[in-house]
Amino acid sequence: MESSRRILSLLMENEAGALSRVVGLFSQRGYNIETLNVAPTNDKSLSRLTLTTIGDERKIEQITKQLNKLIDVIKLVDLTEGSHIERESMLIKVRATGAMREEIKRTTDIFRGQIVDVNSTLYTIQLIGTQQKLDAFIEAVKDANILEVVRSGVSGIARGEKILSL
Amino acid sequence: MLDKDSEKPDQAAPSKGLAEVTPEAEMLSGGEMLVRALEEEGVEFIFGYPGGAVLHIYDALHKHSKIPHILVRHEQAATHAADGYSRSTGKTGVALVTSGPGATNAITGIATAYMDSIPMVVISGQVQSHLIGEDAFQETDMIGISRPVVKHSYLVQRVEDIPGILKKAFYLANSGRPGPVVVDIPKDLSAPWEKRPFHYPKTVKMRSYTPSIKGHSGQIKRAVEELLRAKRPIIYSGGGVIQGRASEALRALAKHLNFPVTSTLMGLGAYPGSDRQFLGMLGMHGTYEANNTMHGSDLILAVGARFDDRVTNTVAKFCPDATIIHIDVDPTSISKTVPSHLPIVGPARETLEEMLEQIQAIEARDGIANKVDQAALALWWKQIDAWRAEQGIYTSNRFDDTTDAIKPQEVIQLLHELTQGKAFVTSDVGQHQMFAAQYYVFDEPHQWINSGGLGTMGFGLPSAMGVKLAHPDSTVVCVTGEGSIQMCIQELSTCTQYKIPVLILNLNNGYLGMVKQWQDMQYEGRYAQSTYQDSLPDFIKLAEAYGHVGMKVTDKSTLREKMQEALEQSKTQLVFMDVYVDPHEHVYPMHIAPNGAMNDMWLSKGERTENGK
Repeated sequence: MESSRRILSLLMENEAGALSRVVGLFSQRGYNIETLNVAPTNDKSLSRLTLTTIGDERKIEQITKQLNKLIDVIKLVDLTEGSHIERESMLIKVRATGAMREEIKRTTDIFRGQIVDVNSTLYTIQLIGTQQKLDAFIEAVKDANILEVVRSGVSGIARGEKILSL
Repeated sequence: MLDKDSEKPDQAAPSKGLAEVTPEAEMLSGGEMLVRALEEEGVEFIFGYPGGAVLHIYDALHKHSKIPHILVRHEQAATHAADGYSRSTGKTGVALVTSGPGATNAITGIATAYMDSIPMVVISGQVQSHLIGEDAFQETDMIGISRPVVKHSYLVQRVEDIPGILKKAFYLANSGRPGPVVVDIPKDLSAPWEKRPFHYPKTVKMRSYTPSIKGHSGQIKRAVEELLRAKRPIIYSGGGVIQGRASEALRALAKHLNFPVTSTLMGLGAYPGSDRQFLGMLGMHGTYEANNTMHGSDLILAVGARFDDRVTNTVAKFCPDATIIHIDVDPTSISKTVPSHLPIVGPARETLEEMLEQIQAIEARDGIANKVDQAALALWWKQIDAWRAEQGIYTSNRFDDTTDAIKPQEVIQLLHELTQGKAFVTSDVGQHQMFAAQYYVFDEPHQWINSGGLGTMGFGLPSAMGVKLAHPDSTVVCVTGEGSIQMCIQELSTCTQYKIPVLILNLNNGYLGMVKQWQDMQYEGRYAQSTYQDSLPDFIKLAEAYGHVGMKVTDKSTLREKMQEALEQSKTQLVFMDVYVDPHEHVYPMHIAPNGAMNDMWLSKGERTENGK
């Protein structure tokens, strides 16, 4: 069976220890978490957690069932099963001197990023997009000196009428 | 050693977060709330051990509780005893331990219960709220350390939350797929001066937990079609049939269809072991007939079983012709190791009952007594009976009983005979466990109490205490070995204190027998750390030191008489029966691994199946 990347998004009780149960499940059963993103929703009693993982059909089915079995997890969706929007944000600090200074500015514009902090030798750039787009940006500026990369992990939402709520 | 905070503070002012006071609400401390909650839940025994963090709770128990508390000698035993109580009654077992080492000692018992889906509520003390995270005396992160081995857990954060949390804990423990639930209570939240209004919820509803209460009728319909079409069927029954109280439903369905039945180690007794349709246990030490029938089947109806590695042997070679119908209340058990063709998520009893109803409706409609292909089924039974005749576990002797040495198998057979098959049998882990499973023919559910999933040595004696307390008028026998019994032997003292008369049947072979068996078979008989013959205690003197009766058996000719005497005496006193058995006996059949199929077995030291060769 072929492995593929999946985006699993779930609603869980916003309670102490809930996150550790999700993360613990992955290490306990030998699954991988590629990215992880979690925050409360408009309903303060709920957290939305989104993670990406890689596995074949059977492994993903088992991960999905095991996550659903956790008492704190209320609902779960595999966003990759349908049409969806995926976003990740990144803050990246690069050395920007000499000819590279203008080059990085241009690349940032092409990727529709924003320079959010600047001094005589550095740019801090903010970029939002799919995981792939952020990877591409890092690739594009790799000749410059990348000093620090902070990524939020993937979050996502289904397109159209499909809603993950109680 | 106790901490220094036990004095009452100057001011007994209630802290913030006070629930709304209704005029009729009684004001109780956290400790008192816990006691009341346990009473509301109908708890019959608390197995526990006091310590600093649970002193308030113990004081509340002492002052207010009518529930008997059994003081064990090690917290592992508290959880095993609660577990044995639960396995023999179907009710939720309760253990109470202190923080730190009390909590960590309980972990083995919690994990044991988790692996076998046993309902249990474990209450652990925790250091005071403001000390959590400071590496305080006897602090351990119980929620963290128990997380992989609990169904769920709660760290109590406010006194007024205690009733609601306890209600949820008991509900979670004994619904859906049962399991242990930990409730960790910081010491300050059980203090007698922190009183809050007490409301015990009548019902519980959790938006994040909705266990299946009924199988999908459409899936059941499809399953019924497969059942009626089968030519070489088998029912593979597991512990879920016992936990799901589905024994009667299973018997009714199997009888109606005249299908052969096999069982996992955990499911023994759900279907009567002495019934003609029962083939014995399957798996690594399953019977020749059960493993062959599984392998040759064209349809497997799996109920409350989980296709674990001790059953399947090599998954890729598992039952090549079989269509698999899998009923389980826990969807994660379905298609976890072996893909299921027809999954049914639902409780065992209700699902089996609906299956039979649907079958009977079809038969009534068509005016046929039994829709199954009777000619095919008769052929199948003929084949099964041929397997039984060749190498069956009960039709021929699977061990040599003509030698002078006492064979462990015959000890179990004799125990079965002398107890008319009606005893509760607990066991530890190893060869004696397999011999008990194979040769004590269990006819009723809840009768066979052993640690199947985790394989916990030390389980036998404390679990027997829980069983005996729940069934004071029944014979309770702990079948053990000289290795396992020493892992929780301190409980002999608990049995003295509470006058718990169980029979300990120690199959003493002077080796860690199952380890030795593997070393014989795979390591050319190099017994790395599997014997201690020169340092075994005199178990007779040891039993006597605790005030019990010790009885040694070395001579085969006296075995029957001694066992009769032991059974008689154990009506009033704990009897430790130390039986010296043949140290070189192996458990057979045994799956050939690695790369063997279900029907590849060692049948004795020199004999193996020759499938397709």
